Amino acid sequence: MEFFKIRKTIPFMRHALIFNVISLVTFLAAVFFLWHKGLNYSIEFTGGTLIEIGYKEAADVDGIRRTLERGGYKAEVQNFGSSREVLIRMHLEKDQSSANLSQKVLGVLKEHNADAELRRVEFVGPQIGSELVELGTIALLITAVGIVLYLWLRFEWRFGLSAIIANLHDVVIILGFFAFFQWEFSLPVLAAVLAVLGYSVNESVVVFDRVRENFRKMRRASTPEVIDSAITGVISRTIITHLCTQMMVTTMLIFGGQALHYFALALTIGILFGIYSSVLVASPLVMWLGAKREQFIKPGKKTGGPRDEHEGAVV
Amino acid sequence: MNRFASWQYALIALVIAGAFLYTLPNFFGESPAVQVSSAKSTVKVDSGTLGRVEQVLREARIAYTGTVLDQIGVRVRFADTDTQLRARDTLDKALNPDAADKAYSVALNLLSASPTWLTAINALPMYLGLDLRGGVHFLLQVDTNAAITKRVENLAGELRQGLRDKNIRHGGISREGQAIRIRFREQAVRDAARLYILDTVPDLQVQERDDGQNLLLVGTVKPEFQKRVQENALQQNIFTLHKRVNELGVAEPVIQQQGNDRIVVQLPGVQDTSRAKDILGRTATLEVRMVDEEAMRSNSTFGVDVFPERRRDGSVTQVPVKKQVIVTGDQFIGASATFDNDQRPAVAVELDDAGGRSMRLASRENLKKLMAIILFEKGKGEAISVATIQSEFGSRFQITGAFTPNEVRDLSLLIRAGSLAAPMEIIEERTVGPSLGRDNIEKGFRATMWGFLAIVAFMTLYYTLFGGISSLALAVNLLLLVALLSLLQATLTLPGIAAIALTLGMAIDANVLINERIREELRSGATPQAAIAAGYERAFGTILDSNATTFIVGLSLLMVPGAVRGFAVVHCLGILTSMFSAVLVSRAIVNLAYGHRRRVTKLAIGNTAWK
Repeated sequence: MEFFKIRKTIPFMRHALIFNVISLVTFLAAVFFLWHKGLNYSIEFTGGTLIEIGYKEAADVDGIRRTLERGGYKAEVQNFGSSREVLIRMHLEKDQSSANLSQKVLGVLKEHNADAELRRVEFVGPQIGSELVELGTIALLITAVGIVLYLWLRFEWRFGLSAIIANLHDVVIILGFFAFFQWEFSLPVLAAVLAVLGYSVNESVVVFDRVRENFRKMRRASTPEVIDSAITGVISRTIITHLCTQMMVTTMLIFGGQALHYFALALTIGILFGIYSSVLVASPLVMWLGAKREQFIKPGKKTGGPRDEHEGAVV
Repeated sequence: MNRFASWQYALIALVIAGAFLYTLPNFFGESPAVQVSSAKSTVKVDSGTLGRVEQVLREARIAYTGTVLDQIGVRVRFADTDTQLRARDTLDKALNPDAADKAYSVALNLLSASPTWLTAINALPMYLGLDLRGGVHFLLQVDTNAAITKRVENLAGELRQGLRDKNIRHGGISREGQAIRIRFREQAVRDAARLYILDTVPDLQVQERDDGQNLLLVGTVKPEFQKRVQENALQQNIFTLHKRVNELGVAEPVIQQQGNDRIVVQLPGVQDTSRAKDILGRTATLEVRMVDEEAMRSNSTFGVDVFPERRRDGSVTQVPVKKQVIVTGDQFIGASATFDNDQRPAVAVELDDAGGRSMRLASRENLKKLMAIILFEKGKGEAISVATIQSEFGSRFQITGAFTPNEVRDLSLLIRAGSLAAPMEIIEERTVGPSLGRDNIEKGFRATMWGFLAIVAFMTLYYTLFGGISSLALAVNLLLLVALLSLLQATLTLPGIAAIALTLGMAIDANVLINERIREELRSGATPQAAIAAGYERAFGTILDSNATTFIVGLSLLMVPGAVRGFAVVHCLGILTSMFSAVLVSRAIVNLAYGHRRRVTKLAIGNTAWK
């Protein structure tokens, strides 16, 4: 089987400007929604109490809502996963003691319907939430700096910078989706977002690797030609790899249940935009930042790798 | 050129065989068990205990399928959960004749059902997180400042006593925040006091000051002392929590310090979460103090602490008590529920030597005066008992008050389990019911399995034999990852399962890179053998770079606690195993398939015909 019978080099770089404009527009839209609507943080970040209750039969969400209201609790109630499970979300309230909240709520609900079974409680105090936001941001920064440094060492600073710009723009776009649809932004989603960052960088690295190789091989070609041939060379691998990863993520979406739903969703968006940005955004950026053959062919070295200095020294 | 030396094949085979061995325990599942461990430091669990447990079970005619004795205690395996429950109750009754003072903690547990020879080589099933096996997780914030304040208050009390004994006349000692202020009228007296403090209270550094009216000595505690108090407070709280958890009878509890002032408590498999929370969450500590009867008469609140007292008739009155503490909660060494002379519920308590001495002294000096026992919970104090001292007493006495029998039982449990050196607050709680845990495992497993099968099907269709080899390498990757997780006993959570799935989905990238490279080489006219060699060699640099960047992400994710860390651990391990399996294992199989043939005219890597 063979999907891609590409004989000629596809002139991707001719349309570089269009790709970047599309990116910029999506990026700005994402920023706008992030600013306008903000993220719908889970209680892990905001602090509060989350109670998941399971029933034997379809849960009476309205009844539960009324029962809680009568009991004097401010809560959001919604179905979770299936009709038999409900999720009760309560924000931190000054006059609501958090210590025994879940027990009290369960007690009230048991009176309403004796079938109520406690499936999960999460309580997060206000200290934890702000720490998590801080740690998450630091993790993102360390990731970004670490990747730029690594690519700088292995390639050239232009490649590191382009990769991180292209892929941070993926991150912002995923966040934009979460803001636009007001999907819940939880810790697993944060993990997914950062994993996508690594995943797309990985993608850019594959293209860059080929660019470097082609710079050395294609002595006469211009930079756009080199990049075009590199992308054309790896495009089938790009699509097949992403297809495989996406198959895994799709089964997670289908079978993983509610707990992994947004995690898988963030990955899906990330993978789709990751292909696009790492190939069609990062490469033009490299071109515009002025990557040239000379940067990879250093005087006195045949092929440029650090190992070459020791060539001939057989041990 | 496509041959490994036989030791290379052997090494790879050995690694895979080892991985298989350490993955095995995960297939055997777990059987219900009862765990008997020591609830007191003086009680040792040894082969004698094991014999006793077996004897009790035999006498009660409860069939068991195996026993284990290790550092944790005795564990007995049963065929089903009904027998397990019956055995737990029987053992608890037989080993702990005095329910109020348990020597052994008898808890329900699950034991790996794998054969003993596997357990003997430390091959254990993966350690499942609370979200997969159900249980409670608490994060407690310890208010170490309160512990320091309490110690400063005690120091002030000691100073008061000491200066009086030395006849150094001062104009009053007070605590302000974490400083002690002593007023004097004469310079000479202040100097004497200063020398006395330097001599006897090394933890205090004093400064001379003037507030216009009085000469002052301001004492602040040294930073080393603060640090020591903080550390001790945390250690004592952890110790206390251990004792409380023992009362609950939980198998394999985790109680650990986190950072400077936090404690993590994890109670896997706890079903009755409300009771666990009740016992742990109660941040109670007791203090015995004298009631300030003068202040009571004059209704003044100057220089005293005022606590509410709940009377037997249900009314609440305010009781002013002196600031000096006679006995603190950590001096109680025993407590049990009992009845007083009028057959009302009471708590019989026992104090340690130091507590007994101060109690004897205080009761002798304050005969016929009112003494209050104050229970501090969540930073608020309540006078649970206010009674006249009838006669001098020492380390054993009764606390009476407006108690119900249940309150008496809980109170004695709390006193027995020790007091907390500093108040704590639950800042994070996670409770997962057992049914949700099972659901999570099942969903995670199904998602991974179907995803894996889809990838295998696609790869085999697309790359034929080479796709099959890639799939085999991917299966080895999964095997290695599970083996590594089992071997390291790293906690596997639901995000961890998601990471397994995602890592597999990403690991196939390496093989796609290799296979595409081989196809490319074939198209550009390389011979099959050369194509294989060049494909693996050229792809390796790319695989290394792309895995390195992913690894950087994984490492930085380790910083974020909770779900993210659970994901990151598996992700990082998965990157390592995938490097091994995708490059070495797949190459070994390819070499075995092609490298030893004399003539290879065609590679089964799918269609490359349009060359």
